[in-house]
Amino acid sequence: MPTSLVSTDSLLAVDVGTATTRATLFDVVEGYYRFVASGRAATTAAAPFKNVGEGVRQAIESLQAVTGRTFLDADLRLIIPSQDGTGVDTFAATLSAGPAVETVVVGLLADVSFESAQRLARTTYSRVVETIGMNDRRKPEEQIDSILRLHPDLILIAGGTDGGATRSVRRILETVGLACYLLPTDERPALLFVGNQTLAPEVEASFQLLTSSLSIGSNLRPTLEIEDLLPAQRSLADLYARIRRNQIGGVEELGAWAGGNLLPTAYAQGRIIRFLSQVYDTRKGILGIDVGASATTIAASFGGELTLGVYPQFGLGEGLSGLLGYTSLEDILRWLPLDIPAEVVRDYLYQKSLYPTSIPATTEDLTLEQALARQTLCLALKASGKDFSSRAKGLVPGMAPYFEPILAGGSVITHAPKLGQSLMILLDAIQPVGVTTLILDQNNLLPALGAAANLNAILPIQVLESGAFLGLATVVAPVASVRPGTPVLRAQLVYKNGNESRLEVKQGALETLPLPSGQSARLNLEPLHRADVGFGPGRGGSLTVSGTALGVVIDARGRPLRLPADHAHRHELLKKWLWAVGG
Amino acid sequence: MLAPIAHVLPLTTIRRERLLPVPGRVVVHLGQKVTPAEVIAEANFGQEHVLLDIASGLGVSEEQADALMHVRTGDHVEDGQVVAARSGLSRKNVRAPRSGRVVAVGSGQILMEVGEGTYELRAGLPGVVTRLIPERGAEITVNGALIEGVWGNGRVDVGLMFPVLSAPDDPLIADRMDVSLRGSVLLCGTCNDAAALRAANELPVRGLILGSISSALLPLAMQVRYPLVVIDGFVQQAMNSAAYRLLTTNSKREVTVNGEPYNRYSGARPEVIIPLPVSQEPPVPGEAKAFAPGQQVRLVLAPYAGKVGTLLALLPGLTAMPNGLRLPAGEVRLEGGEQVAVPLVNLEVLG
Repeated sequence: MPTSLVSTDSLLAVDVGTATTRATLFDVVEGYYRFVASGRAATTAAAPFKNVGEGVRQAIESLQAVTGRTFLDADLRLIIPSQDGTGVDTFAATLSAGPAVETVVVGLLADVSFESAQRLARTTYSRVVETIGMNDRRKPEEQIDSILRLHPDLILIAGGTDGGATRSVRRILETVGLACYLLPTDERPALLFVGNQTLAPEVEASFQLLTSSLSIGSNLRPTLEIEDLLPAQRSLADLYARIRRNQIGGVEELGAWAGGNLLPTAYAQGRIIRFLSQVYDTRKGILGIDVGASATTIAASFGGELTLGVYPQFGLGEGLSGLLGYTSLEDILRWLPLDIPAEVVRDYLYQKSLYPTSIPATTEDLTLEQALARQTLCLALKASGKDFSSRAKGLVPGMAPYFEPILAGGSVITHAPKLGQSLMILLDAIQPVGVTTLILDQNNLLPALGAAANLNAILPIQVLESGAFLGLATVVAPVASVRPGTPVLRAQLVYKNGNESRLEVKQGALETLPLPSGQSARLNLEPLHRADVGFGPGRGGSLTVSGTALGVVIDARGRPLRLPADHAHRHELLKKWLWAVGG
Repeated sequence: MLAPIAHVLPLTTIRRERLLPVPGRVVVHLGQKVTPAEVIAEANFGQEHVLLDIASGLGVSEEQADALMHVRTGDHVEDGQVVAARSGLSRKNVRAPRSGRVVAVGSGQILMEVGEGTYELRAGLPGVVTRLIPERGAEITVNGALIEGVWGNGRVDVGLMFPVLSAPDDPLIADRMDVSLRGSVLLCGTCNDAAALRAANELPVRGLILGSISSALLPLAMQVRYPLVVIDGFVQQAMNSAAYRLLTTNSKREVTVNGEPYNRYSGARPEVIIPLPVSQEPPVPGEAKAFAPGQQVRLVLAPYAGKVGTLLALLPGLTAMPNGLRLPAGEVRLEGGEQVAVPLVNLEVLG
């Protein structure tokens, strides 16, 4: 990239998470945008502060200490634009702190607008507490009573094709309007209308005084055949920020610093994943995952078509007390290489939900936390996979499609004591197929880059290519229908200096070929017994791979991964796999 | 680093807002002394709604229906009362299916609030009304001991507190409960026994204070009729020594057991309040604090969950934990004298 294309604007991005607030500085270094440093502090959204401002200030002060630069003036206001070496030129903010936004989803036809509205709700930190549709057999007054009882933060209304019939939507709008009218003024929900646009002016006129915040987005289903979530996602992201402004102190000011560019963290993550899939134009999808305290987020994009799923119920914080409503203790225990009694696991889930910012200090708790990360990520991927684009292609029905690369965030993964542990969480939970690269976002840059993309399109690309992310491993996962122990792949790695490493990998094995970061090599793959590594059954291929922290990892454990039922055998196997990757 | 605080205070000034769920009438005055059971505000509100489709009932348009209604918003109507009628050759009328109050009229419909009941808001603690909140409730102030918990079942009651433990890790077992404990608030270390919770329900007791409870018992704990407050958490552990000492030294006093569910964002917490006489108003509980040497802290996760100690120092940089994680940590001297490094995020200041 010629230097002339790069402006000299520095960017400060703040992300307010459930546990941690991070301030990240990007600036131009030798003509290229680079990640410079980040500062962090505990988030102060919860009581007794109930104001994110203190955490933001401390995170920025921590960044000031690291960089020696000043961003806040004597009155603790952001210096923007930069003056005489102090302050920053641009500022962006992302936010995921706060309880899940309790949402009522309203639609018409179950498999049309209603489904689209549910998908839209899943693109932010929401918890659907009620659904109202045309097939709902309850009387309108029962629906009203339900809304009054639930006191939702948000009502999301879809329904009707543009220019189509309006009667049914009107009827539902009337019910919702009555419920809003009956709620005390200061307890009224925000409302997003993403239905038949013919009704938009009517909705605007009727609901202005009946809601805490009103937004009209473009129709999710402009026609029966077309679903268009993207513009509505933006409307929902903006409305989410407005809801948080009303709920949590300091968000208003943060939004003002960002010049209105305050985004939900997951939305920013989704935006950067979509952006990458457009820029790199790979035939495979690009997957971004984040296992955080507030939610597990899945962003999968195939040729620019993004599926974004935010699952507060699968977060590793407060949501843990409800996790057993979605999965069994046995499904969590299967990932443990140690004997931890089921009741201890259950108690841990509840204890951790009381202290969502706590961090395991013992080996047992860490192992348990990593098992929970596997299970929540599995669940989130399974839920999200149903919405993946029809362009998504894979090897095994119901399993992950081809991805290249997979970007992972969330400190349980990126800050595991050993990289082998990070790798095994990802391999076990995602179970990728074919050839892919696993990348760790150790500095939590993806949301910042997603927020920055709006302000500066060059910055994300240059930062992504700068080595600010950690290449964890190149993974080769053959799929074969053979017995364990049957050879499924011959792999040969030819290094730049002419040296070679060879392996014959058997079904059930997990093997590695070292290829340090900074090097590249030619990887020749020869599948056996009609195993498929993405080139077709039994077809081999050759590709150049770049070095990563753990090199080339061949995961021939099978898809789907089947763990032995016998505890002792399973424990042994889990430990063996972890040792194989240096964990 | 900022420190979360759990209040375990022998003498403090406790101010609590008590609010109606819907607007109503406040029936106490400023400076009034109240008992826990005293009603401080009340509201009448319908439990459910009925929507009458007048337009279709009368066979007219919505606009015509609006003109034919006999009631207005706010009117009380009796069961069977005519609320809209069409005169002329094809006379028709619509009657109220139940008695209630009209809450909205228009677009050819009448919305009624029915099943009206009176909601009485009780003080919940003995004290003085120090602030009136028009139409919603009041602030009540009391001096005494305050012990905040981490889990509550949503119920509130008042009673004399009897310890049914001789050590902070004593379990609550059904066999220990006899009729002499009827009507009292029980204090015990831990509970892993569903029969014990049921026995307390059958006596009945006025409240139960536990150091910890098995999470498997939570569905049952939500169903019992008495308030239940858990002080430390769900890992089977002894009650933290600070709370244990404070509670046991106040045994046989009247306590308020408030099982308010814990909400990190609003700051609402379950709590035990022990009103005490004072000659001078003590300070209100402190809120935001940074970690500092000398603070009394509670450890919230293994291997020292529930233990109390003194924060000796904030360790510089990052400290390696036995599991390999490197975290900002503090050096804590536990009550037994052992000194341990603990991640700061796993500490809560008691004070």
